[in-house]
Amino acid sequence: MRNAFANAFYELAKNDRRIYLVVADITAAAGVASFQKESPERFLNVGVAEQMMIGMSAGLALRGCIPFAYTIATFTIYRPFEQVRVDCAYQNLPVKLVGVGAGVNYSTLGGTHHAQEDVAIMSAVPNMTVLAPCDPAETTLVTRECMGVPGPVYLRLGKAGEPDLTSAADPFRFGKIRFIRRGTDICFLTYGPITKMALDVAVRLEREDKKSCGVVSVHSLKPLDEEGIRDVLSRFPVVVVMEEHAPTGGLGPRVKELAWDAGARCRLKSFSLKDEFIHVYGSHADLLKAHGLEAGIIYADVRAFAAAATH
Amino acid sequence: MTNPHFDAAAARERCRKFRRRILDISQTVGALHIAPAFSCLELVDTVYFGLMNRTGNPDTDDTFILSKGHGSLAQFVVLEELGIIPREQLENYCKPGWPLATHPDYGIPGIEASTGSLGHGLGLAVGMAYADRMDGKDRDVYLVLSDGELMEGSVWEALMVAPSFGTTRIVALVDLNDFQSLGQTSKILPNFYPMLDKIRAFGWEAVEINGHDHQAIYDAVTRRNKARPMVLLGKTTKGKGVTYMENVPVWHYRSPDPEEYKQAVKQVEES
Repeated sequence: MRNAFANAFYELAKNDRRIYLVVADITAAAGVASFQKESPERFLNVGVAEQMMIGMSAGLALRGCIPFAYTIATFTIYRPFEQVRVDCAYQNLPVKLVGVGAGVNYSTLGGTHHAQEDVAIMSAVPNMTVLAPCDPAETTLVTRECMGVPGPVYLRLGKAGEPDLTSAADPFRFGKIRFIRRGTDICFLTYGPITKMALDVAVRLEREDKKSCGVVSVHSLKPLDEEGIRDVLSRFPVVVVMEEHAPTGGLGPRVKELAWDAGARCRLKSFSLKDEFIHVYGSHADLLKAHGLEAGIIYADVRAFAAAATH
Repeated sequence: MTNPHFDAAAARERCRKFRRRILDISQTVGALHIAPAFSCLELVDTVYFGLMNRTGNPDTDDTFILSKGHGSLAQFVVLEELGIIPREQLENYCKPGWPLATHPDYGIPGIEASTGSLGHGLGLAVGMAYADRMDGKDRDVYLVLSDGELMEGSVWEALMVAPSFGTTRIVALVDLNDFQSLGQTSKILPNFYPMLDKIRAFGWEAVEINGHDHQAIYDAVTRRNKARPMVLLGKTTKGKGVTYMENVPVWHYRSPDPEEYKQAVKQVEES
């Protein structure tokens, strides 16, 4: 995803002098490296100074520029949160806040590097758009769409090595949920790199339990495609939300709100990170598992849940 | 392009009128930041009337950011004098349905950044000045900060970055009144001062002058060496112009009662 962003950014920025990349001593390879080489005056490393990264970005935006501020997600939004809120959102400026390695992706770096409440926090900020693509191809599309958003955007990215999941997906429409797999019995609503796990569970449920499973990438968390989600809630007997995010303030609670308001009759279950700082290290998958997010566990849970739903 | 006809005597007269105007506004609200406004009034006045290039073209005019947003009345009375803020709006300061309140809000004519939380203006200014440099614009960014504001780490991030990025067209005027909300800075944080060498060590041109002396402010800024961004430390008195307010912390955010108002008006008019 990092490289997909970097290449999409390069394509946007190479001929558009309004676009800047402002970093706080963390950068990306691929297209960003080319951009740095070709347009050093628009690649600004402010040093290990995240408040400055965001404040300066907002200042550039006040002059009509379109800055992308890029670093590890925790440092993009937590360290300089007031600059994000006041400089970017309160003034409604087109600063693109790129957070790489969100969730517990930086699995061996510990809780200091885990952005596990970012969707809740950023969604709560007025004027903010929150985007979380599920794979490199969708990252490319979402990065391009950022340019059309007049206010600030939080672009929540994974890290590296994510597989492509969307080659057979429905066409991408900005701000609309996107079926990356069609089905009729169970629908998974998800976003970000954990979409791969949702697909694995869906495939297994179909193969072993003859359940027709849909998987939806909710790449725009704010604005949320409420109409699209209501439609899912009305058409599927079982809806499952899977997210690499705290149980508070993410997609799960939002879907439940919509379900209540719509009087939805489906069975609804959500899987998220725990409300905990866990001191477990290892691979990204190891950390997700420690939070209870593992394909086998979720498969068994959903299978039982879906069986109960049909009785 | 600074104003070669800047007249310090006329500026003093203007500031007397501004203080009187702020005192009048104080009688329409329960609380306001009167002492912080009085403290920076000469700094703000000199920037607008002596230093800024103002032709009405937003693409080329100099920029002003009141980074110590709680001093907003100082900026509002100046903008009113310039006809940018209508009198009616200031008459309805902090009233429901009207746009002017305790802190400047981006989008109001004449207000170029939303401030109120301290430590934001200088970072914005570096971004603006960098964009101006890239666009080849002959344009300065002026700011007024408070000394308490210099306690925010974000200010030091910006102080570190600005000279390194060649953003030389920034003039940051600091309202150095040695008072913060809860008391005297030099007592609360004895190592906070001296400030001059700290700023210089970060690569800025820095001078310290009397921040109520229009001519001194004007001269220091117009004579600056434009190879570096500039910090002007203006030594000021919080609540300047009304003796019972001067250096008394409660006036950070209090309105005078009718008796105190009369006394203050008398002093300002006789000064």
